[in-house]
Amino acid sequence: MKPVTFVKRLKPLTVIAALVMSTSPLLAYAAGTDANTAKAQGGEAPADARDPHAYSDGYTLEKGPYALGGPRQLKLADEHKFWAILGDRVEYDADSETGVFELQGWYGTTFDRLTIKLEGDIADGRLEESQTDILWSHASSTYFDTQFGIRLDQYDEGTDRQWLAAGLQGLAPYWFELDMTAYLGESGRTAFSLGAEYELLFTQQLVLQPSAELNFYGQDDIENGLGSGLTDAALGVRLRYEITRQFAPYIGVEWTSKVGQTADIARAANESVRDTRYVVGVKFWF
Amino acid sequence: MKKDESALISHQRFSRRLFVKGLALGGVLSTMPRLLYANTNDTRLGSAPVLSGQEINLVIAETPVNFTGVTRMATTVNGSIPAPTLRLREGDEVTIRVTNRLSVSTSIHWHGIILPYQMDGVPGISFRGIEPGETFEYRFTLKQSGTYWYHSHSGFQEMTGMYGALIVEPREGESIQADQDHVIQLSDWTDEDPMSAFSKLKVQSDAYNFNQPVVGEFLQDASTLGTSGALEKRKMWNQMRMNPTDLADLSATTFTYLMNGMTPAGNWNGLFNKGERVRLRFINGSSNSFYDVRIPGLSLTVVQADGQNVKPVRVDEFRFGPGETYDVLVDPQDDAYTIFAQSMDRSGYASGTLSVRPGLVAPVPELDPVEWLAMTDMMGAMDHSAMKGMDHSAMKPAIDHSAMKGMDHSTMKGMNDSAMKPAMDHSAMKGMDHSAMKGMDHSAMKGMDHSAMGHNMETNPLETPSQTVRHASTEYGPSVDMRVDTPRTNLDDPGIGLRNNGRRVLTLADLRSVTGVLDDDRVPTREIELHLTGNMERYSWSIDGLEFGQSTPVSLHHGERVRVILQNDTMMTHPMHLHGMWSDLESAEGDLLVRRHTISVQPAQRVSFLTTPHDFGRWAWHCHLLFHMDAGMFREVVVS
Repeated sequence: MKPVTFVKRLKPLTVIAALVMSTSPLLAYAAGTDANTAKAQGGEAPADARDPHAYSDGYTLEKGPYALGGPRQLKLADEHKFWAILGDRVEYDADSETGVFELQGWYGTTFDRLTIKLEGDIADGRLEESQTDILWSHASSTYFDTQFGIRLDQYDEGTDRQWLAAGLQGLAPYWFELDMTAYLGESGRTAFSLGAEYELLFTQQLVLQPSAELNFYGQDDIENGLGSGLTDAALGVRLRYEITRQFAPYIGVEWTSKVGQTADIARAANESVRDTRYVVGVKFWF
Repeated sequence: MKKDESALISHQRFSRRLFVKGLALGGVLSTMPRLLYANTNDTRLGSAPVLSGQEINLVIAETPVNFTGVTRMATTVNGSIPAPTLRLREGDEVTIRVTNRLSVSTSIHWHGIILPYQMDGVPGISFRGIEPGETFEYRFTLKQSGTYWYHSHSGFQEMTGMYGALIVEPREGESIQADQDHVIQLSDWTDEDPMSAFSKLKVQSDAYNFNQPVVGEFLQDASTLGTSGALEKRKMWNQMRMNPTDLADLSATTFTYLMNGMTPAGNWNGLFNKGERVRLRFINGSSNSFYDVRIPGLSLTVVQADGQNVKPVRVDEFRFGPGETYDVLVDPQDDAYTIFAQSMDRSGYASGTLSVRPGLVAPVPELDPVEWLAMTDMMGAMDHSAMKGMDHSAMKPAIDHSAMKGMDHSTMKGMNDSAMKPAMDHSAMKGMDHSAMKGMDHSAMKGMDHSAMGHNMETNPLETPSQTVRHASTEYGPSVDMRVDTPRTNLDDPGIGLRNNGRRVLTLADLRSVTGVLDDDRVPTREIELHLTGNMERYSWSIDGLEFGQSTPVSLHHGERVRVILQNDTMMTHPMHLHGMWSDLESAEGDLLVRRHTISVQPAQRVSFLTTPHDFGRWAWHCHLLFHMDAGMFREVVVS
């Protein structure tokens, strides 16, 4: 292996490592912000922690005196698989006549799930671009899941990309919903995305949801209008009314801005760099 | 219909007056919700028909009900909700044939009855269940008397109507004298498919909580406590990502609360004649609801808990969880009283009327306000490290003074006790915030008898329950959202929402079995410590962080006297029901108090009980909140 190739190969890994390192304070934060909560949640079991099987005398649910025999009959919900489809954003901007959707679906147990995240932009009745994450999601701490899988980007005008994905999704202290994923693509491409949401209840049904999203790319991707570094940022506020907990129409505003080289690329192509979108939409899950 | 009912009611040992009254009630009830759908297959609601004798036949089937304006199918026993009241006699061997006319397997568990494990009715543990079309013959001898109940132990059938009273009359005659005797079964009904409700909680665990903190409350707090005070009040909750109003998983948003199968509008009516003493047998047969029960204008004399007689104690109100029963005596003087049972989360209530003739009503009280869980529910008794960093002015509203009082009961009083030594945590004491504990008895501390400590070192350490918290190694994973290092052991706390409400509320500390009930005074030979755990956000419930599927059985030895310590490392109250043997509750000082079959353990509380397994076999042990049980807060027990 030529040293150059090695370095080339190493680079994305380094970037990923850097990204993981850079999020580790966040992880620590997620584990608890002070000694108290850290002591009460998560953490490592001390060496002298009690053995939860110490009272079993070696018996199991299937074996030992008075067991019914045969395969175990009693299985509770902890061994069942559940599923859900969550429409976090399905919205329309009347000015630009464009639509945006952000859907998530999962299937599995409490601690291990197949998770699919789907987001895309629709203009002129066509899917302009979309991003699909297909992930195995594993509960790694009290409130966070680690996620591994692939991401598929589809561009109507541009070049489709495929990525390997590694991320973290969950609930940070002070009830911030976080979703961060690092990506590794072909020919050493890297990317990182970070999303955060918060919910403010005015009443039991009227909820204000601020949100923020940042995207980073490791290299230029001119075909898809992306420069290296921070590419774009979005800040949104949505006010929804939960007719039921599962169905809530909303109005909102979203500010998006392309940043750095990505903004330069957009300017060169005579495309807008900043955008303010007033949207109506619906949030739902079932 | 009426003919069927009268045929079901046993004439034996039943006063003529009660018999007639039963019919009259049936008549009243049959004209009420029934108007909506005049169908002969409808579920019979209201006071259940009574079956007695030594041979009983029960048929499980689906029958329609309409509590909310929508017709749904319920799972019923002999077509009624509640299921028929079984009046059996202590010492009798009974044969109960249960026929399954459902399309799925079913079962009946005799809650609180001591019997051979094959008759206990837990599919997959005691037997294989009763398949569709099959008849299972239960046969056992009643070794006890009192108020009990029975319910399905299959899936969520209990939640859809399969619960009934089981009264065992004392062979030597009733020691509790009353002129009237009413069973009052509280339950909860949802029009939703229970599994779909469970699935919703898996997606959003607070989906049914409509008492969540809102912005306006914060602003109010900010104006009274200052912004930093308001932030402090929320600090722990926000950091730990827990909800201070997480008092029930399912609320009136989906539930209709029922009293003897009747909605508050249906208004179940129990009758009495003036001057009579009335015995009310309260059974919490609900799937997921704690009830706070009172009868405005009457004090309640509690005479029995979980079927076992207790020394009479007068209260205004009691809380009980699914599985628990309380028998109370009342001496009504007025014409009508409301029996009011509000759900613990204050989202709704079940109610009925006690009156001298049908049709009377009394005022129905307002629901009490929703109270935030207190620091004591999160951190237990002595978490001073938590308090150190806190703004004490802000702490005041959050601190519960009744709990403080309890603190000096358990810990301070106990300090004169020998066994306190290992438990006494001096480092914790250092950080103790004395300003926040005005009620603490410092003189008691001064009087701490050091010589006694040394002296008692030789006594058996198992005389008192260990106070050393030992978390399981499996409590450090994603299945657990809280570990309590300094649990409270006092039993005199009525619990969140009932503290200092101006009424005398029953607590576990008030209950004393009558002489002769607690028949085993041996010091236990060992201790079993289990922690009740969960992760509300993920909607997972477990013991020691292990859901049922991951767990191994707790092995008990036949005839041994063993201590069980249950520590609640969650913020919800769990009614823990141990099948097949009694749970003899003891105080933190190791004094035996009361015999129970279901013990509700409050948040951050550590309780202990002694048990003696007299019957071999495999038994179930679980939280009787049905959803917690199904989520995995369940253990198998092997007695060999």
